[in-house]
Amino acid sequence: MADSDIQYDEQDLVAFKDAAVAWFGENTPRDVDFMLPLTFMEVGTDQQFNFLREWQNKVYEAGYLGAHWPKEYGGGGLHPAFQDAATRAMAQARSPIMLNAIGLNWTGPLLLDRGSEEEKQKYIKGILSAETIWCQGFSEPENGSDLGNAQTRAVKDGDDYVINGSKIWTTQGNYADYMILLARTNPDAENKYKGLSFFLAPMKGADVKGGSIETVPIKKLTGEYGFTQTFFTDARISADCLMGAEGEGWLIAMQTLEYERGARAGQAGGHVMMMSDPSDIIRLAREAKLNGKPAIDDPAVQEELVALMTEARSLGLNSRRDKIRPLAQDRPLSLALGSKLASTDFYQRLNAFAITLQGTRAAYYVGDQSAHDNGLWQRGYLNSFSATIGGGTSQIQRNIIGEHVLGLPKS
Amino acid sequence: MSAFDDARMAPRIGLSEEQAQLLDIAESFCRDKSPVDKVRALIEEEGGFDSAVWQEIAELGWLGIGVPENYGGIGLGMAELVPLVEHMGRSLMNTPFVPTVLAAQAVLRGGSEAQKEEVLPQIAAGAAASLALCEDHADWNLQNLSVTASLQDGQLTLRGKKYLVLHAAAAQFVLASVALDGQAALLLISADALVGRMSREKIIDDTQRAYALDLDGLSLPETALMPIDLAGDALAHIEQAGSLLLAADMCGGAYACIDYTLDYLKTRKQFDRLIGSYQALKHSIVDGHQAYEKARSHLYSAAHIFGEQGEGDMAVHMAKAEAGEAYSFAADRAIQFHGGFGFTYDCDAQLYRRRAIMGCALYGDTRYHRRKIAALMFS
Repeated sequence: MADSDIQYDEQDLVAFKDAAVAWFGENTPRDVDFMLPLTFMEVGTDQQFNFLREWQNKVYEAGYLGAHWPKEYGGGGLHPAFQDAATRAMAQARSPIMLNAIGLNWTGPLLLDRGSEEEKQKYIKGILSAETIWCQGFSEPENGSDLGNAQTRAVKDGDDYVINGSKIWTTQGNYADYMILLARTNPDAENKYKGLSFFLAPMKGADVKGGSIETVPIKKLTGEYGFTQTFFTDARISADCLMGAEGEGWLIAMQTLEYERGARAGQAGGHVMMMSDPSDIIRLAREAKLNGKPAIDDPAVQEELVALMTEARSLGLNSRRDKIRPLAQDRPLSLALGSKLASTDFYQRLNAFAITLQGTRAAYYVGDQSAHDNGLWQRGYLNSFSATIGGGTSQIQRNIIGEHVLGLPKS
Repeated sequence: MSAFDDARMAPRIGLSEEQAQLLDIAESFCRDKSPVDKVRALIEEEGGFDSAVWQEIAELGWLGIGVPENYGGIGLGMAELVPLVEHMGRSLMNTPFVPTVLAAQAVLRGGSEAQKEEVLPQIAAGAAASLALCEDHADWNLQNLSVTASLQDGQLTLRGKKYLVLHAAAAQFVLASVALDGQAALLLISADALVGRMSREKIIDDTQRAYALDLDGLSLPETALMPIDLAGDALAHIEQAGSLLLAADMCGGAYACIDYTLDYLKTRKQFDRLIGSYQALKHSIVDGHQAYEKARSHLYSAAHIFGEQGEGDMAVHMAKAEAGEAYSFAADRAIQFHGGFGFTYDCDAQLYRRRAIMGCALYGDTRYHRRKIAALMFS
């Protein structure tokens, strides 16, 4: 799937882009009478889930999702530039998010890169069409940042594995058909990492041959749902669910995290987080009043807004510069490994600052008539922690950059 | 494309083939010609730079990069100067390069045909030049001029003093900004007119040289006056070009001082552990590194679209603002993380920190450039 494998005509790309812009302009649902999730981590009601599942399917059928994934598995077979154009079009139209984020962005590229032919045939199309929903079972209640210490057990029993233990922060766990699961197959391995294995585990139906998998929704700091804790009690799944070999779990999990952190390409595309447009804060600063005047009249506000807009621009520039080899070779992994930290901290700072522009209105939350933008910024701020904690906390990211980019000794 | 990429933002950045080549050449040239013991040796010398290295820079054609071919140059642009100055910043190299190429830009934008033909080929061939812009009021606004010139009977008479004229002692030409009948004007002054009017200033950055020019009573022929209708545009261009090149120097410096500090964090032990394993130091230097990476992206974006009205101007302001902030933070932490050694003159951290302050002091600091962006963004 390297970019250079497929040649394309620049005119075809322009035509594709124009068609995508037109399609999302026409088809983006505008009169939804309930609150849509801003990110794939906030799908809390059946109504939201069903709506988004149908929407993703529609986008896929129109050819704007997985446009660059191989045709034989359900993709569009085009150059990645085409999917980038489609993704940009849907973000620009502020279309609802793509629901099946863990399938599209993590499981899918992982399968395409290292899955067996059978696994690709079985799973890829359902990921794109949202027929099969995926979740991720990495973190555990006692093992978050220290993922390598995961204790959920998978014991080989004949042609099956029997799973026992508990996973937490399972996004869409209550809806998922499959889980990418990190479990311990060998507690006596020479180190904790080598005892782990990676499974493409069914969550429901006849493929769960015995025992139980229970999901319990977790109420988040926003008051909404979207995650579960997931309990495996003698859950019996086929041994075919093992991906790779026993003991390769850590390796595969790390590759998955590279997709999650955006440090590795191959994702199906489509936006899975409705990023607030950074320039929306300028609109807010014009509308909101501080000391009786538009907040934007305050020079201190202006200076911070400029710093934020400068930062926003740098995020886009960094990812572009990473593709210009002479400008990205001093410390080769730097821009890729730094992007998660930079962007998640940025959005947190943006939302936190937005709240401070609202005077007494800062006190209101989603649902109150007095709330500015219906509490968008307050909710956005609280939600921003999902990104600065999930996928490796900002503090873990600093360790990673310090050690893998700057070559500092392990902490 | 990751989940965290904002797909809607497509800011522009690029690198020309010439920039890529110059990046390579400058890296090895600056490393070879300006090791830190050489930097320190030059601090002790009055002129502050190695004339043999200056000669080599001229022979490499670097002084003519921003000069069109018909004036003896190579006919590239500001963008191609950026990789050179970036590497000069990394190696703390000091020559009259930046003031000279900026003076060339001033002549190119603000000079008459005759002035261009007189000066530009000489600069391209190795003549040093400088700019006399700063005044006692310490304002970054280049249009705020209290040094005056009056024109009578074909003679210009000057009143006032200019400051922070970099490498004036080596310059064969100095471009000075003055108010003439209340309007900004640029004067092209040759070195012989400045004899006895120059005094070296004590500046924070020991690797550089700056002079005050006492212009009071100086009399010049009218031919020294550059076309007055071009002066405003030329000053605006100098501010942009100067900001871009100082951003390049500061980006380079930020990289080098992070590198210098990393060496220490990887070798110095306290409490039986390498100090780089402590997160209090590790996380802070990562923040410095991240800020540097952002600044460098802004730098090469600004170089790429330099001269475009609106976005190009804003990109330069962002580049200068971010480079100043990144260099200041990295160098400040560099001193702190070297502990007791960091407090000594022998530790290179102070060289970087002083150069960062100097870089912010010229052509506007971070706050100044953010105000400029605010004016572009919110008005």
